[in-house]
Amino acid sequence: MALVTLLEAIRQALFEEMQRDPAVVCIGEDIGVYGGAFKVTAGLLERFGWERVIDTPISETAIIGAACGMSYLGLRPVCELQFVDFIACCFNQLTNFVAKSYYLWGAPVPMVVRAPSGGGVHGGPFHSQNPEMYFAHTPGLKIVYPSTAYDAKGLMKSAIRDNNPVLFFEHKFLYRRIKDEIPAGDYTVPLGKAALRREGRDVSIVTYAAMTHNCMDAAAELAKEGIEAEVLDLRTIMPLDKEAILASVKKTNRLLVVHEDTKFGGIAGEIAAVVFEEAFDDLDAPVRRVTALDTPVPYSPPLEERFLPQVEDVVRAARELARY
Amino acid sequence: MPVDVIMPQMGESIFEGTITKWLKKPGEHVERDEPLFEISTDKVDAEIPAPAAGVLKEIKVNEGQTVPIQTIVAVIDAEGGAASAPAPAKPSAAAQPAPPAAAAPTPAPVEAPLHFEPPARAAAPPPAPVPPVPAPTAAAPAPPAARTDGEKVRSSPLVRRMAREHGMDLAQVPGTGAGGRVSKRDMLAAIEHGLPAAAPTAAAPASAPSISSTASPAAAQVPPPASGTLYRPALELGVPRERIYFGRYEVQPMSTMRQKIAEHMLASKHVSPHVYSVEEADVSGIVALRNKIKSEFERKYDIKLSYMPFFVRAAIEGLRAFPTMNASLDGTNVVYHKEFNIGMAVALDWGLLVPVIKNAEEKNFLGLQRAINDLADRARTKKLKPEEVAESTFAITNPGVFGGLMGLPVINQPNVGILGLGAVQKRPVVVDDAIAIRSMVYLTLSYDHRVVDGAIAHQFLHKVKSVLEDWTENIL
Repeated sequence: MALVTLLEAIRQALFEEMQRDPAVVCIGEDIGVYGGAFKVTAGLLERFGWERVIDTPISETAIIGAACGMSYLGLRPVCELQFVDFIACCFNQLTNFVAKSYYLWGAPVPMVVRAPSGGGVHGGPFHSQNPEMYFAHTPGLKIVYPSTAYDAKGLMKSAIRDNNPVLFFEHKFLYRRIKDEIPAGDYTVPLGKAALRREGRDVSIVTYAAMTHNCMDAAAELAKEGIEAEVLDLRTIMPLDKEAILASVKKTNRLLVVHEDTKFGGIAGEIAAVVFEEAFDDLDAPVRRVTALDTPVPYSPPLEERFLPQVEDVVRAARELARY
Repeated sequence: MPVDVIMPQMGESIFEGTITKWLKKPGEHVERDEPLFEISTDKVDAEIPAPAAGVLKEIKVNEGQTVPIQTIVAVIDAEGGAASAPAPAKPSAAAQPAPPAAAAPTPAPVEAPLHFEPPARAAAPPPAPVPPVPAPTAAAPAPPAARTDGEKVRSSPLVRRMAREHGMDLAQVPGTGAGGRVSKRDMLAAIEHGLPAAAPTAAAPASAPSISSTASPAAAQVPPPASGTLYRPALELGVPRERIYFGRYEVQPMSTMRQKIAEHMLASKHVSPHVYSVEEADVSGIVALRNKIKSEFERKYDIKLSYMPFFVRAAIEGLRAFPTMNASLDGTNVVYHKEFNIGMAVALDWGLLVPVIKNAEEKNFLGLQRAINDLADRARTKKLKPEEVAESTFAITNPGVFGGLMGLPVINQPNVGILGLGAVQKRPVVVDDAIAIRSMVYLTLSYDHRVVDGAIAHQFLHKVKSVLEDWTENIL
């Protein structure tokens, strides 16, 4: 097995799925000749040709609209948005048409929307956002946000094979920083299943995407103090793996939710509500949240560092919970 | 009759207090309203008076321990009750009205709570004479005790479920969580070991022992972290602990006040980019004026005349002219305060407090002098109320009292400026191309550069200087 970056893992998934199923096509800005803004699609054009690797004008609306139409005609398009921030341009198409198509007209839309997302790379307010919750709120869309290269590949394959529209968030800070050993050959990771990254008895930390790594570092710090934190990586925001969350809370009785999205309306609030509704009698402490601040993502590196949850923020919150 | 003594709530947002000193020992007699113990909270240090006269029967919370408000910290065997009878274990004093005093014309039981006066308020001057009905307050009922019924015990949904499942009385389980809360840990311990006969309310040790090193240089062991002190995340930052301990040393735990000061100073330096400006003022006129009328002032008003009101007045005039100095910063909003509440640093043997002269702009000179003396006296005798150390809009500190030529103070948050006063000192200065001997004072201003720029700061200082140098106010 070879060490593969998260970015390369996604490319492998695209390559293998296009090879496996001729219905799979890629569409996006500069994904062909240029190989994509982050080079995720490099090499696809040479292998699969311009009919299956389609460069578009600079119009996110055109990409999603075309992909929706392709889906109706039996294809399985994989769209790339250069930055997920621009997904707002196609909000109407995604929430009103793509998400509701099967419900309204019985017409499935088996498309995947890939989009580099997240902060920590000093991209400023237009190139660092985490808009997953706009879409998690819309019934009909699935939302995937992996933290490891292994998961990224397996989840991408599941997303492409799924008959529902899937928004696939690719954390750009993790693209080349995270490397995993990836087995040769085909494998998938199921949508809607969280991964237990670390077992612990004192406090549950539920998180996803880049924050998984911060939480793992925090758990290592906490272990030095004798606090055993359990770290649950959601991997999929929608469907949410309630079962795994509740099982962990029933074990540790204390819950900290950590995400890079802003606090108000973030998934942490939703998870807290699920736990209050379904496991109130198992709580030994209030549910706590460590999230980004409720501001735009700052451009200035020190401000962005302040904006994003840091390892020490997680350590402090978990420690307070453990001592509560 | 036993009367519970509780940890009072010394301010709205205060949920716990540390007992710093017991002024009476068990077995000693105590008068009602006589200081019984000293506490230290987030805001102030204070002496807490006894809620009733009698014999201090039992101390339940030792010095150095921090407990939530309303925790029973001691029991007084109040006079007038059957002192020899064993104290009833369960029904709390609060649950029933206190027995009426001998002469009392049978007050309706429901009235009793109306006479309830929280010990916190009793820290103020003794209560005014009670109206006609001789109130049965001699043994005023204590407020609801923390652990006399299950409802009042702080726990969690899980803990309550465990108590249900094991048929346990939560009030009997000692809580070691935050603020004495009964946690899952405590329940597991109680289930495993059974309930202790007399449960201590908190697990903290009586007082953090001081640690001394041996003279041996080989003692490179880092001592365990201080225990029994408040948990202050901000103070965890610092140098690696192993770099601190070497050679001969002695370790003393910080007082709550010291920790608070450390935390506030750290936070202020962290949040406010400090800039410093220095000005000097010729106060020869004020020195002469004070020397001239000091005895008359004292005779007339029965209060000493100090320099402080001159400086406070000058600062107020400066703030009036430059409202930017009388502000706070809230995110991207600047809050311009319409009142001039001047915080005044008061050095204490055990630390530092900044009581606030509220609406200083509405006081005349005598009023300022009275407020200054009153606040300083009460700071030194631990009689300040929490609200008297809050809501400052600007602050003044006086390193000059200790002979300091000048000092560069740390801003007292949430202010944007603090004025430092140096010692008044005779110095040779140039006046009209001649060298003269004048009484001079350095004025230093620390200001928050997020809000205040140098231009404003210097103009403010210049205004303060000119008020001092061209003093016109009649002070008699």
